[in-house]
Amino acid sequence: MRLSAIAWGFVAPALLVIGMFFLLPVATAAVLSLTDFDIYALADLRNLRFVGFENYARVLQTPLFWQALGNTFYFVVVGVPLSIMVSLGSALLLHSRLARFKPLFRTALFAPVVTTLVAVAVVWRYLFQTRYGMVNYALGQIGVHPIDWLGDPRTAMPTIILLAVWKNFGYNMVIFLANLQAIPEEVYEAARIDGASTFQQFVHVTLPMLAPTLLLVGIITTAGYFQLFAEPYVMTQGGPLRSTVSVLYFMYEEGFKWWNFGTASTVAMLLFVLIFAVTWGFTRVTKNEAGA
Amino acid sequence: MRSFVASAVVNGLLLGLALISVFPLLWMLSVSFMPAGAASALPPPLFPRTPTLANYQELFWRAGMVRYLTNSLLLAAAVTSCSLVFNSMAGYAFAKLNFAGRQRIFKALIGALIIPGQVAMMPLFLLLKHMGLVNTYGGVIVPAMAGIFGIFLVRQYALTIPDEIIEAARMDGAGEFRIFSSIIVPLLAPILASLAIFTFLGCWNDFMWPLIVLTDDKLQPLPVALASLSREHVQDSEMMMAGSVVTVLPVLVLFLALQKYYIQGLLVGSVKG
Repeated sequence: MRLSAIAWGFVAPALLVIGMFFLLPVATAAVLSLTDFDIYALADLRNLRFVGFENYARVLQTPLFWQALGNTFYFVVVGVPLSIMVSLGSALLLHSRLARFKPLFRTALFAPVVTTLVAVAVVWRYLFQTRYGMVNYALGQIGVHPIDWLGDPRTAMPTIILLAVWKNFGYNMVIFLANLQAIPEEVYEAARIDGASTFQQFVHVTLPMLAPTLLLVGIITTAGYFQLFAEPYVMTQGGPLRSTVSVLYFMYEEGFKWWNFGTASTVAMLLFVLIFAVTWGFTRVTKNEAGA
Repeated sequence: MRSFVASAVVNGLLLGLALISVFPLLWMLSVSFMPAGAASALPPPLFPRTPTLANYQELFWRAGMVRYLTNSLLLAAAVTSCSLVFNSMAGYAFAKLNFAGRQRIFKALIGALIIPGQVAMMPLFLLLKHMGLVNTYGGVIVPAMAGIFGIFLVRQYALTIPDEIIEAARMDGAGEFRIFSSIIVPLLAPILASLAIFTFLGCWNDFMWPLIVLTDDKLQPLPVALASLSREHVQDSEMMMAGSVVTVLPVLVLFLALQKYYIQGLLVGSVKG
C-alpha cells in the first residue's frame, strides 16, 4: 500500500507533464475542430461557436487541402520506399565481409541524421541553385542543361525528396545493420550447402529474417514522412505554384498565419486519422501474409 | 580474382555513399570561409582562395548569433536535464515498482506514441498563452519536460536490473527514493547517456514548435533564427553557410563524441517491447 503510493510519486511528474501538455491538448484538438475558433475567439472566447462537422466539410472542399494532401502523398509514396531501399542497400554493404573501414564508413553515412534539418535545407538550396549550384555544374559537365530545381513545380518536390533521403537513410541503416548482424551465420551456411547463390540467399534468407524489422521501419518512416514541414518551409515556402505545400504546412498557415484554430485542428485530426489508417493497413497486410 | 572485383565494388559503393553523405557538410564548411560573393562563380569553387572569418564575425557581431547560440544551448540543456529526471523516475517505476494500473497506463502511453505531436499544437498554444508562457523559454521547455519515448527507453533498460538488488537494499532499510538515487541511477547510467544525447539533439534540431511559440527573435534558437535569416539574406550564400556551420557543428561534435550511446538508444528505441 505504502509502496504503491511511493510508486505513484515516481510516475506522477512525468504523467502530469504528458497528460497536461500532450494528451489533454490532443483531446482538445478534437473538440476545437468542431468549433469556428478564429482570431476573434482568440481575443474573446464568447465569439466561439460550435459548428459540428462544418470545418470538415469545408476543408474537404478546399482545393488547396487536396493539393497539399496530394503533395504529401507524393513525398511519402516516393520518399519512403527510396529511403528504405538506400538504408537497406547501405546496411548490406556495411555488413558485407568484403567491406573495409567499417566504423569510419558507418559514421560517415550516419552523419546527416544528426545534422539540423533547417541548416542542411539551407545548404541544399545553394547546392541546387540554378546558376552557380554544384549540382547543375556537375550535370553540365555531362551535357545536361541547367535545371531550375526549386523553381520548377515538376522538380521542387523531387529535390525535397532527395534531401529527405540523404538526411534520413542512416537512421534505418543502423537498425537494419543490427538486425543483419543478429541473423545466425549457420542459416547462410545451410543455404550455401543447398547451392543458393548470393542473390538467392538475400531473397530466401535475409529478407524473410528482416521482415518484422522492415514492417516496423516502414511504419515509423511513413508516419514520419507524413509530417513533412521544415523542408518546404525553408526551401520553397510551399512554392512554386504550391507544389510543395504539405498537409502540415497547410495546417501551419491556417493556424498560425491566419489564426483559424478550428480549421487547423480539423486538418490536424485528418492527418492523424490518415497516419492511423496507413499504420493499421500496414499491420493488416503483413498479418494476412503471415497467416497465408 | 572474382573476390577482388567484388571487394572493389563493395568498397567503391561505400566510398561513393560516404562522399555523398559528407560532401554537402564539407562544402558548407568550405564556403563559410569564402569572402562574400566568392561562391557565386563558375566553376563553383570547392575551396576558398582567400580564407576569411568575415562571415562568422558578421554573424556574431551584427546578426545576433551569440544570442541564438545561447538560446539553443539554454533550451536544450534545460529540456535535457528535466526530462532526464522525470523520465528516469517514471521509467524505473514502470519497470520495477508495483502500483495499481501500471500495465494499463503503460500500454496506453505506448498506444499514444502513434499520435503525431502536431495534433496538440493549437490547444497547447492556447494553454501556454493562458499560462503566460508564449514567447518565453518556458513555452519550449515546459511541454518537453517528459516524454513517452524517454520513459519507454528507460523502462526497457530498467527491466534488466535484477530484483534481488532492490530487495537487498530494502532489507537494509533504505528508502525507495534512496534506492533509486544511489543504486538504480548508477545502474541506468548507459541508457541515461543515450536519453540525454537523444533529447539534447532532438531539442537542438527542433524547428516547428519553437517557430510557433517563440515569435520574439531575441528568444529564438538557431534553427528558427537561421530560417528567418536565410529568407532575408537569400543572396549571401557564404554567410548562410557560416550560420549553418554554427548550427550543425555543436550537435555533430556531440554525436561524434557520444556515438556509442546514441546508436544504443536508437536500437533500444526501435525494438517495441
